[in-house]
Amino acid sequence: MEQIAEIVISLLLVAAGIFGLVGSYGLLKLPDTMSRLHAPTKATTLGVGGVLIASMLYFWIFRDTLSWHELLITMFLLLTAPITANFIAKAHLHRFGNADDLPDTQTDHIWATFEDEAEELQPVMTRTTPKPAPPKADH
Amino acid sequence: MLRKLFPHPYLTLLLIITWMLLVNHLKLGSLVFAVILGTIIPIITAPYWPDRPLLRNPVAIIGYILIVLYDIVKSNFIVAGIVLFKPKTKLQSAWITVPLDLRTPEAITVLAGTITMTPGTVTADMSGDGKALLIHCLHAPDPDSVRDEIKSRYEARLMRIFE
Repeated sequence: MEQIAEIVISLLLVAAGIFGLVGSYGLLKLPDTMSRLHAPTKATTLGVGGVLIASMLYFWIFRDTLSWHELLITMFLLLTAPITANFIAKAHLHRFGNADDLPDTQTDHIWATFEDEAEELQPVMTRTTPKPAPPKADH
Repeated sequence: MLRKLFPHPYLTLLLIITWMLLVNHLKLGSLVFAVILGTIIPIITAPYWPDRPLLRNPVAIIGYILIVLYDIVKSNFIVAGIVLFKPKTKLQSAWITVPLDLRTPEAITVLAGTITMTPGTVTADMSGDGKALLIHCLHAPDPDSVRDEIKSRYEARLMRIFE
């Protein structure tokens, strides 16, 4: 039984290592910034995920304690990866992007990155209704 | 009164769970401290969060999480395959526009994050009025099918959860 567990844990670790390596190799190989974003946001998720599952299994089987930290790490990873990717994409659009290369928004506004900054920025969507105008004094 | 004490009940619950996971063992003392933190932090940060996310259908979230987890694993294999075996010249990157039916900011944030984590797509930008998302595809010979899949697979489900 312990032998099987050891094999499973080792396999998970090796698979995770391979995915991490492929993600890093993707950074090197893909042709432009936007394509390069795809490799680290995805391939590495499974890389880190595999290590964390292996760690949980190890502590559960060999140390008889359930460790929950790994779930937290997974959660933080899943929350931060898309935001980081979005920041890098926006920074890239600001510096090298050309509004003409992008497809049409199919709405009245252009993409937010290229909107005129002088324009007064209003919060676009909010559920709170605007406050009613203060009542006029009667006299 | 209860609303004043717990301006964001979901945030309180999330903070308690997060604290218990951080402590990594179940003891009454940590639970009491978790409840104290879960009460104080939402009250202090309440001025920055005037809105309260509405959840129409909290049970559907579990199904959504499972689908997204499955897609994340799938996307890892797809992207790894593209990185390893697709020559640079055969890569057909594309920008696509996804018009949004979702209107709540929380739902759009979740959709944008999901798109980034799933097969071959990264959310790059949003239109000025918040009615469309700009998405970059790593390899998309047929951009329209990618857009339709996002709309039917994720947006329709989020619609049921949030709106």
